[in-house]
Amino acid sequence: MTEEIVAIEALQDNAPLKPHRSQGQEIWLQFRQHKGAMMGGGFLLFITLAVLFGSLIWQVDPGKLDIRAKNYHPIYTALWDSEAKTGWNHPLGTDQLGRDGLANMIAGGRTSLAVGWAAMLLSLFLGAMIGVLAGYFKKLDGPLMRLTDLFLSLPILPLLLVAVTLFRQPLRTAFGSPEAGMFVLIVGVIGITSWMHTARIVRGDVLALKEREFVLAARSAGTTSRGIITRHLLPNVISPIVVSATFGLATAIITESSLSFLGVGFPSDFPTWGKMLADAVPRMQEYPERVMLPGVAISLTVLAVNYLGDGLRDALDPRIRGR
Amino acid sequence: MLTYTIRRLVLSVPTLLFIALAIFMLLQLAPGDPMAQVPLTVPPEVKQKMREALGLGAPAHIQFFKWLKQFFIIEPMVFIDWLTNTSAWFSWLPNTDFYTPCGPTVEGDCDLRMLSWQTRSPVMDMVIQRLPQTLWVVGLAYVVAFMIAIPIGIYSAYKQYSVFDQAGTFITMIGFSVPPFFTGPLLIVIFSVYYGWFPSIYDTTHVVNDWDSMVVQIKQMIMPVMVLALQVTAQISRFMRASMLDNLKQDYVRTARAKGLSEMAVVLVHVLRNSMIAVVTVIALAIPGIFGGSIITERVFKVNGIGDALIGALFASDMPMVMTLTFIFAILIVLANIFADVMYGVLDPRIRYD
Repeated sequence: MTEEIVAIEALQDNAPLKPHRSQGQEIWLQFRQHKGAMMGGGFLLFITLAVLFGSLIWQVDPGKLDIRAKNYHPIYTALWDSEAKTGWNHPLGTDQLGRDGLANMIAGGRTSLAVGWAAMLLSLFLGAMIGVLAGYFKKLDGPLMRLTDLFLSLPILPLLLVAVTLFRQPLRTAFGSPEAGMFVLIVGVIGITSWMHTARIVRGDVLALKEREFVLAARSAGTTSRGIITRHLLPNVISPIVVSATFGLATAIITESSLSFLGVGFPSDFPTWGKMLADAVPRMQEYPERVMLPGVAISLTVLAVNYLGDGLRDALDPRIRGR
Repeated sequence: MLTYTIRRLVLSVPTLLFIALAIFMLLQLAPGDPMAQVPLTVPPEVKQKMREALGLGAPAHIQFFKWLKQFFIIEPMVFIDWLTNTSAWFSWLPNTDFYTPCGPTVEGDCDLRMLSWQTRSPVMDMVIQRLPQTLWVVGLAYVVAFMIAIPIGIYSAYKQYSVFDQAGTFITMIGFSVPPFFTGPLLIVIFSVYYGWFPSIYDTTHVVNDWDSMVVQIKQMIMPVMVLALQVTAQISRFMRASMLDNLKQDYVRTARAKGLSEMAVVLVHVLRNSMIAVVTVIALAIPGIFGGSIITERVFKVNGIGDALIGALFASDMPMVMTLTFIFAILIVLANIFADVMYGVLDPRIRYD
């Protein structure tokens, strides 16, 4: 004869159990609570879609010179200044050569974001690889970390300037078109000079993870080092990698714009946000909007990415999550 | 602590040598020709002779060691001679005569100084002229940033999630995200063009000798310093807030409150001191970025510093100047890192390096 086991009152569930949630749902729930991150993510998505597909909707060639309609102000200027030269055919105005502002913003944003994403992916790849190798293989730890320290004490922007200025010509000829050569060069130098923080974070995490039991279990089951790294270690360090990716994207966009601003970036007929800003600075008294539009675009994109990174860091950290 | 400092300084020598080699190799591999500006009517054999006169004929390793000798032996000799002979502070020292300039009358050994290809004047003379402007702007930016960021960090951690905290976080995020090449022109438009408060161009030749000229100097420094300080402020106040939050939850804070200390003493003495330790690391983290930012700021406000000189030299393919300036940036960064590490040990008695 068995008696039904009844929990004492304090241990009874007085509410139905919460439904089980997967890790992805947990992360999404936590992420949704961070308003800044939601807005940042939304804005990044919007700006990415806008620069990717904007040229399908606004089909004006950014390089076309509309000489009869040069120096137009943006359309919103008409709100307070009915005398201003504006026109619906150029909603964001035109520059001193009559190139359409909106088309240039779209084309420039495409370059800036493409450089940002590509440089970020390259630096992530390098950083994750060096971090995992240094953390996992004891022999490589010393030399690789000395290398990281060395790179951290390099004067990054001066070196970028030197590299971009001096190697512009051969890469142009090597890749056929000047834009392609410049793209590879800028992405390459930004990627090579910004992997260090990712590498340090990943190394720290791998050092702690590889002493855990599941790695020992995997090794005793005969898994090779390669298998342990790809199947067991990398999935566990994915969250710090994602967080540092967002900050890497922000830095890469700013660095590319800085290079363009200093006049060593893409060729002059190829718009980027930094280049548009630099070109507009000499005449910013009469046409402040030409500085403001690309400047605000860069700042808002970077702000959005930074907020996204903040939210992701909170959402991916299991110690903060659920509180 | 002294032994640690000395050890770090000694260890930084190979790092710096390696950086010098890296910069040199980069410049060697680059195809830029300093003779590109010479008119085409000059025959090629004359051009070749001009290249050799610039020292380009020698093999790469000879050029590198020549540069090292010039940077580490000859230029310090010139500097010591200048200090003991003509400088205002050290001319009481016995006059030294280490440096023998080359010339038609000199027999035997003489020292060749590093010459800029643009101006044919010694590179280090130009660096010495321009370095103070950069250091003043960067240094003042740090001081201003600390003075703004620390109170913001303390208060927004103390009142976590208050309106002040939310606003502070938002403003520091903006400071983080708005690049200096945007804030610079923006400030110029607002404060130089519309209000006319500050000059938009930094006048390096301005001499400060009385109160009025001091005011002019302060006015022209405000905008470049503020642009740079905005970046640093954002970083420092974020770190300050995070580290204050960590410390406010510690047991010693509860003890301090329990024994009846005033809230002021608890926060500003106990917690602040412990939080400052973490903030020191930000100095080291932010230094490469701040020197990068100083190049852009110097370009925007026409400050006659070494960043501006670097860009000018790059466009003119002036290799000795580029090499030296990039290396000086590396020295500044390495020194700042060592300073931060030593400060870390001084501030935190738990850290003992020896």
